[in-house]
Amino acid sequence: MSEPLVFHFDIDGEDFISAGQASIQIKKNLRRLGLSPETIRRVSIAMYEGEINMVIHAKGGEADVKVYEDRIEIILADKGPGIKNIDEAMQEGFSTASDTIRSLGFGAGMGLPNMKRYSDSMDIDTTVGVGTTVTMVIKIQ
Amino acid sequence: MTVTELCESCGFEAVCLPEPDRTVSGAYIGDLLSWVMGRASSDNAWITIMSNINVAAVASLSDVACVILAEGVKLDEDIFATASQKGINVISSPLPAFETALAIGGKV
Ligand SMILES: Nc1ncnc2c1ncn2[C@@H]1O[C@H](COP(=O)(O)OP(=O)(O)O)[C@@H](O)[C@H]1O
Ligand SMILES: [Mg+2]
Repeated sequence: MSEPLVFHFDIDGEDFISAGQASIQIKKNLRRLGLSPETIRRVSIAMYEGEINMVIHAKGGEADVKVYEDRIEIILADKGPGIKNIDEAMQEGFSTASDTIRSLGFGAGMGLPNMKRYSDSMDIDTTVGVGTTVTMVIKIQ
Repeated sequence: MTVTELCESCGFEAVCLPEPDRTVSGAYIGDLLSWVMGRASSDNAWITIMSNINVAAVASLSDVACVILAEGVKLDEDIFATASQKGINVISSPLPAFETALAIGGKV
Protein backbone atom coordinates (compact mmCIF):
# COMPACT_ATOMS: atom_id res chain seq x y z
CA MET A 1 0.00 0.00 0.00
CA SER A 2 1.39 3.39 -0.88
CA GLU A 3 1.35 6.22 1.66
CA PRO A 4 -1.65 8.56 1.51
CA LEU A 5 -1.36 12.14 0.40
CA VAL A 6 -2.17 14.25 3.48
CA PHE A 7 -3.54 17.77 3.63
CA HIS A 8 -3.71 19.53 7.00
CA PHE A 9 -5.66 22.65 7.93
CA ASP A 10 -6.11 24.72 11.07
CA ILE A 11 -9.71 25.89 11.11
CA ASP A 12 -10.16 29.40 12.50
CA GLY A 13 -13.07 29.55 14.93
CA GLU A 14 -13.54 33.32 14.82
CA ASP A 15 -14.56 33.82 11.24
CA PHE A 16 -17.94 32.23 10.55
CA ILE A 17 -18.85 34.74 7.87
CA SER A 18 -16.38 33.30 5.37
CA ALA A 19 -15.88 29.85 6.89
CA GLY A 20 -15.23 26.93 4.57
CA GLN A 21 -11.80 27.85 3.24
CA ALA A 22 -10.31 24.41 3.96
CA SER A 23 -13.10 22.64 2.05
CA ILE A 24 -12.72 25.03 -0.86
CA GLN A 25 -8.97 24.32 -0.92
CA ILE A 26 -9.60 20.56 -0.79
CA LYS A 27 -11.96 20.83 -3.73
CA LYS A 28 -9.18 22.51 -5.73
CA ASN A 29 -6.62 19.91 -4.68
CA LEU A 30 -8.86 16.99 -5.60
CA ARG A 31 -9.62 18.55 -8.96
CA ARG A 32 -5.92 18.83 -9.62
CA LEU A 33 -5.57 15.14 -8.73
CA GLY A 34 -8.12 14.39 -11.44
CA LEU A 35 -10.83 12.77 -9.29
CA SER A 36 -14.37 12.44 -10.67
CA PRO A 37 -16.79 15.37 -10.21
CA GLU A 38 -19.12 13.15 -8.13
CA THR A 39 -16.37 12.10 -5.71
CA ILE A 40 -15.20 15.70 -5.40
CA ARG A 41 -18.75 16.85 -4.74
CA ARG A 42 -19.30 14.30 -1.98
CA VAL A 43 -15.99 15.07 -0.26
CA SER A 44 -16.51 18.83 -0.60
CA ILE A 45 -20.00 18.87 0.90
CA ALA A 46 -19.24 16.37 3.69
CA MET A 47 -16.13 18.28 4.69
CA TYR A 48 -17.77 21.70 4.41
CA GLU A 49 -20.60 20.69 6.75
CA GLY A 50 -18.05 19.37 9.24
CA GLU A 51 -15.86 22.44 8.90
CA ILE A 52 -18.84 24.74 9.45
CA ASN A 53 -19.83 22.71 12.53
CA MET A 54 -16.36 23.15 14.03
CA VAL A 55 -16.56 26.90 13.41
CA ILE A 56 -20.11 27.51 14.65
CA HIS A 57 -20.29 24.95 17.46
CA ALA A 58 -16.70 24.40 18.63
CA LYS A 59 -14.68 27.60 18.03
CA GLY A 60 -12.57 25.97 15.35
CA GLY A 61 -10.34 22.92 15.20
CA GLU A 62 -8.13 20.93 12.86
CA ALA A 63 -8.84 19.07 9.64
CA ASP A 64 -6.79 16.32 8.03
CA VAL A 65 -7.67 14.91 4.65
CA LYS A 66 -5.89 11.73 3.59
CA VAL A 67 -6.11 10.67 -0.02
CA TYR A 68 -5.53 6.95 -0.55
CA GLU A 69 -5.69 5.11 -3.86
CA ASP A 70 -9.23 3.88 -3.25
CA ARG A 71 -10.66 6.26 -0.64
CA ILE A 72 -10.49 9.62 1.07
CA GLU A 73 -10.47 9.99 4.83
CA ILE A 74 -11.57 13.26 6.42
CA ILE A 75 -10.70 13.72 10.09
CA LEU A 76 -12.14 16.78 11.84
CA ALA A 77 -11.00 17.30 15.41
CA ASP A 78 -12.02 20.04 17.81
CA LYS A 79 -11.75 20.89 21.51
CA GLY A 80 -15.27 22.29 21.66
CA PRO A 81 -18.15 21.49 24.02
CA GLY A 82 -18.75 17.98 22.64
CA ILE A 83 -22.13 16.53 21.64
CA LYS A 84 -24.40 15.48 24.51
CA ASN A 85 -26.69 13.17 22.55
CA ILE A 86 -25.46 11.94 19.18
CA ASP A 87 -28.79 10.34 18.18
CA GLU A 88 -30.56 13.65 18.73
CA ALA A 89 -27.84 15.61 16.89
CA MET A 90 -28.10 13.24 13.92
CA GLN A 91 -31.83 13.95 13.45
CA GLU A 92 -32.74 16.12 10.46
CA GLY A 93 -33.71 19.54 11.77
CA PHE A 94 -32.08 19.29 15.22
CA SER A 95 -29.90 22.35 15.83
CA THR A 96 -28.57 24.41 18.70
CA ALA A 97 -27.37 27.19 16.36
CA SER A 98 -28.06 30.82 17.26
CA ASP A 99 -30.26 33.23 15.30
CA THR A 100 -27.15 35.02 13.98
CA ILE A 101 -25.89 31.76 12.51
CA ARG A 102 -29.32 31.04 11.05
CA SER A 103 -29.50 34.42 9.40
CA LEU A 104 -26.41 33.38 7.42
CA GLY A 105 -28.27 30.35 6.08
CA PHE A 106 -26.70 27.79 8.43
CA GLY A 107 -28.26 26.01 11.42
CA ALA A 108 -30.85 24.01 9.49
CA GLY A 109 -29.90 20.93 11.48
CA MET A 110 -29.01 19.10 8.28
CA GLY A 111 -25.24 19.16 8.59
CA LEU A 112 -24.60 15.83 10.30
CA PRO A 113 -27.28 14.08 8.17
CA ASN A 114 -25.61 15.46 5.03
CA MET A 115 -22.20 14.26 6.24
CA LYS A 116 -23.64 10.80 6.74
CA ARG A 117 -25.42 10.88 3.39
CA TYR A 118 -22.36 11.81 1.37
CA SER A 119 -19.82 9.60 3.13
CA ASP A 120 -19.53 5.81 2.95
CA SER A 121 -18.83 5.64 6.65
CA MET A 122 -18.87 8.18 9.46
CA ASP A 123 -17.73 7.90 13.05
CA ILE A 124 -18.28 10.49 15.79
CA ASP A 125 -16.05 10.35 18.85
CA THR A 126 -17.21 12.97 21.33
CA THR A 127 -16.88 13.75 25.02
CA VAL A 128 -18.81 16.59 26.63
CA GLY A 129 -16.42 19.30 27.79
CA VAL A 130 -13.47 17.76 25.93
CA GLY A 131 -14.21 17.83 22.21
CA THR A 132 -15.35 16.01 19.11
CA THR A 133 -13.58 14.09 16.38
CA VAL A 134 -15.55 13.18 13.28
CA THR A 135 -14.00 10.71 10.84
CA MET A 136 -15.55 10.22 7.42
CA VAL A 137 -14.47 7.84 4.68
CA ILE A 138 -15.50 8.33 1.06
CA LYS A 139 -14.66 5.75 -1.57
CA ILE A 140 -13.14 7.07 -4.75
CA GLN A 141 -15.47 6.38 -7.67
CA MET B 1 -29.86 24.61 -22.49
CA THR B 2 -26.77 26.59 -21.47
CA VAL B 3 -26.71 29.11 -18.65
CA THR B 4 -26.33 31.94 -21.14
CA GLU B 5 -29.28 30.78 -23.26
CA LEU B 6 -31.42 30.38 -20.16
CA CYS B 7 -30.56 33.86 -18.92
CA GLU B 8 -31.29 35.47 -22.28
CA SER B 9 -34.47 33.56 -23.01
CA CYS B 10 -35.95 34.53 -19.62
CA GLY B 11 -34.82 38.15 -19.85
CA PHE B 12 -32.84 37.83 -16.61
CA GLU B 13 -29.69 39.79 -15.83
CA ALA B 14 -26.31 38.07 -16.23
CA VAL B 15 -24.50 39.14 -13.05
CA CYS B 16 -21.43 37.06 -13.75
CA LEU B 17 -21.06 34.13 -16.14
CA PRO B 18 -17.49 32.81 -15.89
CA GLU B 19 -18.70 29.45 -17.33
CA PRO B 20 -21.25 30.66 -19.90
CA ASP B 21 -21.57 27.36 -21.78
CA ARG B 22 -22.41 25.19 -18.79
CA THR B 23 -25.59 23.16 -19.28
CA VAL B 24 -28.43 23.65 -16.79
CA SER B 25 -30.59 20.70 -15.92
CA GLY B 26 -33.38 21.00 -13.34
CA ALA B 27 -33.59 23.42 -10.46
CA TYR B 28 -33.69 23.60 -6.67
CA ILE B 29 -35.20 26.42 -4.62
CA GLY B 30 -33.96 27.15 -1.11
CA ASP B 31 -32.22 29.55 1.24
CA LEU B 32 -31.01 27.16 3.92
CA LEU B 33 -27.55 26.10 2.83
CA SER B 34 -27.59 22.55 4.21
CA TRP B 35 -30.85 21.81 2.42
CA VAL B 36 -29.32 22.98 -0.81
CA MET B 37 -26.24 20.82 -0.27
CA GLY B 38 -28.39 17.84 0.65
CA ARG B 39 -30.99 18.15 -2.09
CA ALA B 40 -29.70 20.09 -5.10
CA SER B 41 -28.07 18.03 -7.85
CA SER B 42 -25.01 19.09 -9.77
CA ASP B 43 -26.02 20.99 -12.93
CA ASN B 44 -29.18 22.34 -11.23
CA ALA B 45 -30.07 26.02 -11.27
CA TRP B 46 -30.21 27.13 -7.61
CA ILE B 47 -32.88 29.72 -6.98
CA THR B 48 -32.39 31.71 -3.76
CA ILE B 49 -32.78 35.13 -2.19
CA MET B 50 -29.60 34.71 -0.12
CA SER B 51 -26.58 36.57 -1.44
CA ASN B 52 -23.94 36.39 1.28
CA ILE B 53 -20.48 34.95 0.78
CA ASN B 54 -21.53 31.46 1.88
CA VAL B 55 -23.76 31.22 -1.19
CA ALA B 56 -20.63 31.32 -3.35
CA ALA B 57 -19.03 28.54 -1.29
CA VAL B 58 -22.13 26.33 -1.39
CA ALA B 59 -22.67 26.90 -5.11
CA SER B 60 -19.09 25.87 -5.79
CA LEU B 61 -18.98 22.87 -3.46
CA SER B 62 -22.32 21.46 -4.57
CA ASP B 63 -21.40 22.05 -8.20
CA VAL B 64 -24.67 23.68 -9.34
CA ALA B 65 -24.72 25.10 -12.87
CA CYS B 66 -25.77 28.56 -11.73
CA VAL B 67 -27.24 30.59 -8.91
CA ILE B 68 -30.38 32.55 -9.78
CA LEU B 69 -30.94 35.38 -7.32
CA ALA B 70 -34.70 35.95 -7.13
CA GLU B 71 -36.50 39.18 -6.17
CA GLY B 72 -33.86 41.28 -7.93
CA VAL B 73 -31.37 40.55 -5.15
CA LYS B 74 -27.90 41.95 -5.89
CA LEU B 75 -24.45 40.52 -5.12
CA ASP B 76 -21.95 42.48 -3.03
CA GLU B 77 -18.84 43.57 -4.92
CA ASP B 78 -16.47 41.25 -2.99
CA ILE B 79 -18.72 38.23 -3.58
CA PHE B 80 -18.79 39.11 -7.26
CA ALA B 81 -15.00 38.77 -7.35
CA THR B 82 -15.14 35.41 -5.54
CA ALA B 83 -17.85 34.09 -7.85
CA SER B 84 -15.91 35.04 -10.99
CA GLN B 85 -12.74 33.48 -9.60
CA LYS B 86 -14.43 30.22 -8.60
CA GLY B 87 -16.29 29.89 -11.88
CA ILE B 88 -19.73 30.36 -10.33
CA ASN B 89 -22.41 31.57 -12.72
CA VAL B 90 -24.77 34.11 -11.15
CA ILE B 91 -27.98 35.40 -12.70
CA SER B 92 -30.43 37.90 -11.23
CA SER B 93 -34.18 37.63 -11.74
CA PRO B 94 -36.55 40.47 -10.86
CA LEU B 95 -39.27 37.91 -10.09
CA PRO B 96 -40.02 36.10 -6.80
CA ALA B 97 -38.70 32.53 -6.48
CA PHE B 98 -41.94 30.86 -7.62
CA GLU B 99 -42.34 33.00 -10.74
CA THR B 100 -38.63 32.58 -11.46
CA ALA B 101 -39.06 28.82 -11.35
CA LEU B 102 -42.10 29.07 -13.64
CA ALA B 103 -40.07 31.14 -16.10
CA ILE B 104 -37.30 28.54 -16.36
CA GLY B 105 -39.65 25.56 -16.08
CA GLY B 106 -39.82 23.55 -19.30
CA LYS B 107 -36.54 25.06 -20.47
CA VAL B 108 -34.28 23.16 -18.10
N1 LIG C 1 -18.25 19.76 16.28
C1 LIG C 1 -19.30 19.91 17.09
N2 LIG C 1 -19.14 20.27 18.39
C2 LIG C 1 -20.20 20.41 19.21
N3 LIG C 1 -21.49 20.24 18.84
C3 LIG C 1 -21.71 19.88 17.56
C4 LIG C 1 -20.65 19.70 16.62
N4 LIG C 1 -21.19 19.34 15.43
C5 LIG C 1 -22.52 19.30 15.63
N5 LIG C 1 -22.85 19.62 16.90
C6 LIG C 1 -24.20 19.63 17.52
O1 LIG C 1 -25.08 18.86 16.70
C7 LIG C 1 -26.16 19.67 16.24
C8 LIG C 1 -26.58 19.24 14.84
O2 LIG C 1 -25.54 19.50 13.91
P1 LIG C 1 -25.91 19.72 12.38
O3 LIG C 1 -26.73 18.57 11.91
O4 LIG C 1 -24.67 20.02 11.62
O5 LIG C 1 -26.88 20.97 12.42
P2 LIG C 1 -26.56 22.53 12.57
O6 LIG C 1 -25.08 22.72 12.44
O7 LIG C 1 -27.32 23.15 11.48
O8 LIG C 1 -27.04 22.91 13.95
C9 LIG C 1 -25.65 21.08 16.33
O9 LIG C 1 -26.68 22.05 16.43
C10 LIG C 1 -24.79 21.03 17.58
O10 LIG C 1 -25.59 21.10 18.74
MG1 LIG D 1 -24.07 21.94 10.89
